[in-house]
Amino acid sequence: MNETLAIYANYALYSAVGVLTLAMIAYAVYLAGAVPAAERDAEAAVEADDAARSARARARAEQVAALAGAPASADPRGASDERSPSTDPPTAADPRGTSDERSGADPERARVGAGIGGALSWLGTGLLLLSLVLRGLSVERAPLGNLFEFSVAGGFFAMLAYCLVPLRRGMHWLGLFVLAPVTLLLWLAGTIWYTEAAELVPSLDSYWLVIHVSIATLATGLSIVGAVLAALFLIRDRASKRSFWAKLPAAPKLERLSYGMNVVAFPMWTFTLIAGAIWARQAWSSYWNWDPKEVWTFVIWVVYAAYLHARVTKNADRRTVAWIALAGFACIVINYTIVNFYFVGQHSYAGVG
Amino acid sequence: MSTRATRRDGVTQPRLGPVGWARWAWRQLTSMRTALFLLLLLAIGAVPGSMFPQRSLDPARTTDWIERHPDAGPVLDRLYAFDVYSSPWFSAIYLLLFTSLVGCIVPRTITLARQLRARPPRAPRRLQRLEAHDAFVVADEDLPAVLDDAASTLRRKRFRIARHDETTISAESGYLKEVGNLLFHGSLVTLIVGMAIGHLYGWRADIVVPEGESFVSTVTRYDTWAPGPLVDGEDLTPFALTVEKMTASFEEDQAGQIGMPRAFSAEVRYADRLGGATQPAHVAVNEPLELDDATVFLLGNGYAPVVTVKDRDGQVIYSGATAFLAQDGSYRSTGAIKVGAAQPKQLGLVGLFLPTAVIDDTQGPISVFPDLRNPALAMSVYEGELYPKGSAQSVFSIDTDTMEPVAPDDGSEDIARIWLQPGETKDLPGGRGTVTFDRVDRFAGFAVRDDPGKELVLGSSVVALLGLIASLVIRGRRVFVRVVPAGDGRSVVHLGGMAKGEDDRLSRVVTDLADELSQRSAPAER
Repeated sequence: MNETLAIYANYALYSAVGVLTLAMIAYAVYLAGAVPAAERDAEAAVEADDAARSARARARAEQVAALAGAPASADPRGASDERSPSTDPPTAADPRGTSDERSGADPERARVGAGIGGALSWLGTGLLLLSLVLRGLSVERAPLGNLFEFSVAGGFFAMLAYCLVPLRRGMHWLGLFVLAPVTLLLWLAGTIWYTEAAELVPSLDSYWLVIHVSIATLATGLSIVGAVLAALFLIRDRASKRSFWAKLPAAPKLERLSYGMNVVAFPMWTFTLIAGAIWARQAWSSYWNWDPKEVWTFVIWVVYAAYLHARVTKNADRRTVAWIALAGFACIVINYTIVNFYFVGQHSYAGVG
Repeated sequence: MSTRATRRDGVTQPRLGPVGWARWAWRQLTSMRTALFLLLLLAIGAVPGSMFPQRSLDPARTTDWIERHPDAGPVLDRLYAFDVYSSPWFSAIYLLLFTSLVGCIVPRTITLARQLRARPPRAPRRLQRLEAHDAFVVADEDLPAVLDDAASTLRRKRFRIARHDETTISAESGYLKEVGNLLFHGSLVTLIVGMAIGHLYGWRADIVVPEGESFVSTVTRYDTWAPGPLVDGEDLTPFALTVEKMTASFEEDQAGQIGMPRAFSAEVRYADRLGGATQPAHVAVNEPLELDDATVFLLGNGYAPVVTVKDRDGQVIYSGATAFLAQDGSYRSTGAIKVGAAQPKQLGLVGLFLPTAVIDDTQGPISVFPDLRNPALAMSVYEGELYPKGSAQSVFSIDTDTMEPVAPDDGSEDIARIWLQPGETKDLPGGRGTVTFDRVDRFAGFAVRDDPGKELVLGSSVVALLGLIASLVIRGRRVFVRVVPAGDGRSVVHLGGMAKGEDDRLSRVVTDLADELSQRSAPAER
């Protein structure tokens, strides 16, 4: 137990919250200044390789068209583009032109906001990692022993998920919406859920803590981003063309991104359940006890399973599907809060008195 | 359950007989919509079990809850709110779900087997109409080479190839996706079977063993014995186990954490079979002792004061360690010392053991720390019949219906109270003899458990996870190539792609293939 390190860990956490708050402001500036997505296609910068590829595709199409001599089949790519407007911008023979023109579509202030927001997001994520490492060193174990610790870990994983995928793809519009819940989570962790650095009680003192809880928090992090995207999809889907939400990418794209996050999170929830069961058998003698935390993890798993099934069902309304994803996320929130504080069970490790 | 399209046979019969209705019901049950509904119902159905105490987990808290809610309690009880996971309605949900699951797995497995035997289907006439399409121009003399190139490229990308005629190629990939999907759903069924085996053939027993004492695994020796419905306690393998030392450590330094448990472990010797050689072992929380037919878990611990009672003649009528059960985090423990050999009436000493005893002004005798800092026994004296009519009763309390309080010699109170610290001896009232508090031992609380289904459950869940990942990661795609002669010694090679379910990368796959093939054949183009 090293209490000095725990204090430094807290400083790192407070700095992260500060940095992420600034990033949120930067992203808000970006969103305020950004032009609607309809006039912009800034997400994927077209690299030289992709440009050459699409040039070749165009050349092929022209040759075929010349041979056929019929304008009807002139642009075969155009047909599939209509069906999936924003599926793969890199290969699309996009008449709107080069990357230079596209990035020029965002006003200067918005681009600066996005740049600052992105840099601060990385910095905040790094600070969260530093906080976790210091906390871990201070208590000489994985920093996943109580609600405070796994909230910080969950926030870190959500930020990491955001930085690694959407941020690198230039999806700056998502920044504000991910950072807001993460910052809220970290703020709650640092204030009302704060728990002094301490050693573990015997039942938690196992290598399964690292395996089970790290994957659970990673899954939670991904589910946060997935839920944010599902909510944005629901809003964007009903938004009028002139509204603020029209700045976001088209609704089907938001829905696909949300699915992408949730589809990665689901096997992780499955793994969480399995690893938890193995550990439960070791610590409590039975792999399944219908403990409230187990029940709710099971409920989360079942709801996300329903989500995946609903999504592959032909003719299922994507709005309903998104609502199921949000219901799954609501179960995660309940599992983290109400179950920890109000339900009596063997997982009563929140450490909040 | 996932991508199953509802099949519609061209049934035009005007009326449904019983078979027809059964078929209709089966269709409904195995449809995706029903499965989805049952899944959500299962999630909702599981929730009450986390809100109300469950009888199977904590019977005392359940009884207490019902008593504290005299209006809602009995009603909820009738709705199985306290036995959710064994209730008829919860069972109905998951049994229907699993029937639906089986009804979905079986036909899909047959379809997959058929698909694996058959060749990929013929190419459609107009590939332009498919989800993804690309085309390029080739000189006729290069055509055979280009088609061979296409076939080998697709084969390299793990497509199965069929060439139904000279001008087309059919390629299909993603059989493993369906295999993974079926494995996932199939393992859920074997998982349930494993759970059922564990429930039917497994057993659980609890026992409290003070340091230095032993037990042999037989039904009568355990404090509690909970067998599965098909378990015959007679054929337990009677292993023997002795607790040599029980260690417990608690937080002593850090403010706010003082008294929190830090480590529990028991050093034991055990013999797999009666009369077999004994060997040492270390049993701790998270480190159970795995035996051939059972597993021993250290789940509890506490104190067992060693007390000697002598009668008025100085004859030892009781001597031994008696386990007292901890009631709070500071191990304020309750228990009963039963002196069955006392004459003329049996004696019972009931009360508290306090590892770090303090007399609190309002709460009376309490313990302020879980470790032995200032151990004390606070006992009340009863006499009467300890085991009325030989009925079984708790070892931690006495039946006060058949036991009378013994008044102290000075008559100051209704009942004689004895306060003892280790090494002390006190007189029992009325010249009944003496009681000596020799020392305090710790006891280990073991759960002994056998679950013959656990390997099947673990294996199934691992296979389910692998199958799930395969079904989510692998894409099911069909790619077709068709050559259309354009005259003038040239032909157009059309490429078309179809996906099973949604597939963001499909058009990329098709254009990349077109790109590759046309580039390789490019020198001959002009």
